[in-house]
Amino acid sequence: MTNAIIDLTHLVKKFGKQTVLKDINLQVMSGEIVGLIGPSGAGKSTVIKTALGMELADGGSATVFGKVMPNRQLLARIGYMAQTDALYETLSGRENLKFYAQMKGIHKSEISDSISHVADVVNLADDLDKRVSGYSGGMMRRLSLAIALLGNPELLILDEPTVGIDPALRRQIWKELNAIRDEERSILITTHVMDEAELCDKVALLLGGKVIAFDEPVVLKMQYKVDSIEEVFLKAEGEFK
Amino acid sequence: MRTIAIMNRVIKELLRDKRTLALMFLAPILILWLMSVIFTANSTTNVNVGTVAISSSVSTNLNQVKHVNVKHYQSTKTARKALKDDKIDAIIHKSGNDYTITHANTDSSKTSAVKMAFRSALVAANVKTMKTQLGAAKATINKLQKMLPVQAQQKLRAQSQGQVSASKQSASPKITNHYVYGDSSTGFFDKMLPILMGFFVFFFVFLISGMALLKERTSGTLSRLLATPVKRSEIVFGYMASYGILAVFQTILIVVATIWLLGVEVVGSVFNIIIINLILALVALAFGILLSTFANSEFQMMQFIPLVVIPQVFFSGIIPMDSMASWIKDISYVIPIKYSGDAVTGIMMQGKNLTSFGLDIGVLLIFLVVLTILNVVGLKRYRKV
Ligand SMILES: Nc1ncnc2c1ncn2[C@@H]1O[C@H](COP(=O)(O)OP(=O)(O)OP(=O)(O)O)[C@@H](O)[C@H]1O
Ligand SMILES: [Mg+2]
Repeated sequence: MTNAIIDLTHLVKKFGKQTVLKDINLQVMSGEIVGLIGPSGAGKSTVIKTALGMELADGGSATVFGKVMPNRQLLARIGYMAQTDALYETLSGRENLKFYAQMKGIHKSEISDSISHVADVVNLADDLDKRVSGYSGGMMRRLSLAIALLGNPELLILDEPTVGIDPALRRQIWKELNAIRDEERSILITTHVMDEAELCDKVALLLGGKVIAFDEPVVLKMQYKVDSIEEVFLKAEGEFK
Repeated sequence: MRTIAIMNRVIKELLRDKRTLALMFLAPILILWLMSVIFTANSTTNVNVGTVAISSSVSTNLNQVKHVNVKHYQSTKTARKALKDDKIDAIIHKSGNDYTITHANTDSSKTSAVKMAFRSALVAANVKTMKTQLGAAKATINKLQKMLPVQAQQKLRAQSQGQVSASKQSASPKITNHYVYGDSSTGFFDKMLPILMGFFVFFFVFLISGMALLKERTSGTLSRLLATPVKRSEIVFGYMASYGILAVFQTILIVVATIWLLGVEVVGSVFNIIIINLILALVALAFGILLSTFANSEFQMMQFIPLVVIPQVFFSGIIPMDSMASWIKDISYVIPIKYSGDAVTGIMMQGKNLTSFGLDIGVLLIFLVVLTILNVVGLKRYRKV
């Protein structure tokens, strides 16, 4: 295992009596987009939060950049987008971006360049000075994604980034994600859109607290003898039951 | 750096929430104004003062004060009987150069009315006599001076100035107050004001900061914030800085309103009052942030008001604790408003210095430090480092 940016081994996570993650093994290499799919409530967000150190694992280990999480300094190198938008609604889009840029410790001189770059990626440049309370649902999602992209982090962890985003913009965002991957940066992404899963370099299928399949989309499709990741998903879920 | 960014953000958010801001600044003024209306209405009650062996000039002056009736008594005995029978509210008795006032003190507004009336009557009488005395003295001195050579004139002038100031001193008699009921601190409103001021600061900062942090938590911005390399302490300090600034403005406003609307005299320095209230605000903030972690909604945060905030008033010293069971007194030692109330009372009424409240300030600072540490550690719930 060389170069593993995220390395989860035998990860266990319990909430009270409920064991959400039983035995998670997952590696994200540098220059790789890994898609995490699974039914709602399978524990995708929990995997992400444990990897980030926002939840403490009950067993196993989570290392990021070769260091055991939780680790505060490492967070500067990670761009995280939560499933909820988590924006300050009384502030404008620009003020939100600026605040998070300051929190990430991006240098003063680079903040405004960084803001205009990420705003272009999510097509929000014209609405940056509007208050977020006046944004549509999709605009909030885009702003949230823009915040994660700030400061060109080496690792992006995105929890359902494209919910409520129109097809044209989704395509644009994936173009950006591919460009990021081509810069040898890594992305861990969760999604319910199986078309997007096809675009990942590797797909991890989370079921019953375990990663039951983890490979390239082509390999997975061959393995399950079907034509699309969607069918892989349905077949795996059916077998599991 | 991050602390300042957080402070800026919190202030920006607050400034844009016009309603909360209005509540924070206008509600205290409204309440104070209402109280001032009630208070001034109270002070126009008529008071009957019995006098024993008082010079006629003082007595007439006293009678001229609005809402004051003067009755002369031949002896203290008859006067005391009248006081007991509720015919008069106070007895003013002169012995030698000094005055003794005995207040019935069943109604604190009457007590303070008598005190004020008598003081002004005495001053008026003094000024009159001093004027005539001085006039006469000056006239004779001038006459004499003209007859003397220049050198002696200068000497004399210096001497006469000394005499005038000496006569001033002897002209101010000692006034001793006695109370049939309670003591001088029974003045309810006087006692309430500094505590009330602290209460406003405490209440609003507690509630608004608690709500703000609660919102950060429920909207997910807190966990997103904690997904950046920000230190937990930087978040707490950022909040402290912003609400500290807010509290300073609130205190200034309340003090100005107190002086203006209520005509309350602030003997000590307003700056010192602001310092005390600033510390209190920080304690309230730390308290609000801490308790917000135990609430899951705004409504649950509101439930802390009757549970946490209102009892503060009871134990803050508004109600005299002397006669209460000792365990109740012990409770008051953990009430932050008590300490700020003590200190602000002293500064406002007696013009004392900050240094005389080392203990009060010290206790408040201990509160602050302990609560702040609890908050910084408490944020570990949302990020383990
Ligand atoms: N803080 C928590 N306390 C208790 N249980 C939790 C907590 N967070 C998540 N869970 C439980 O863990 C399970 C997995 O939740 P998680 O949010 O990881 O699912 P998910 O795969 O992200 O679902 P979705 O696709 O709907 O976002 C759920 O059963 C949920 O009830
Ligand atoms: Mg989720």
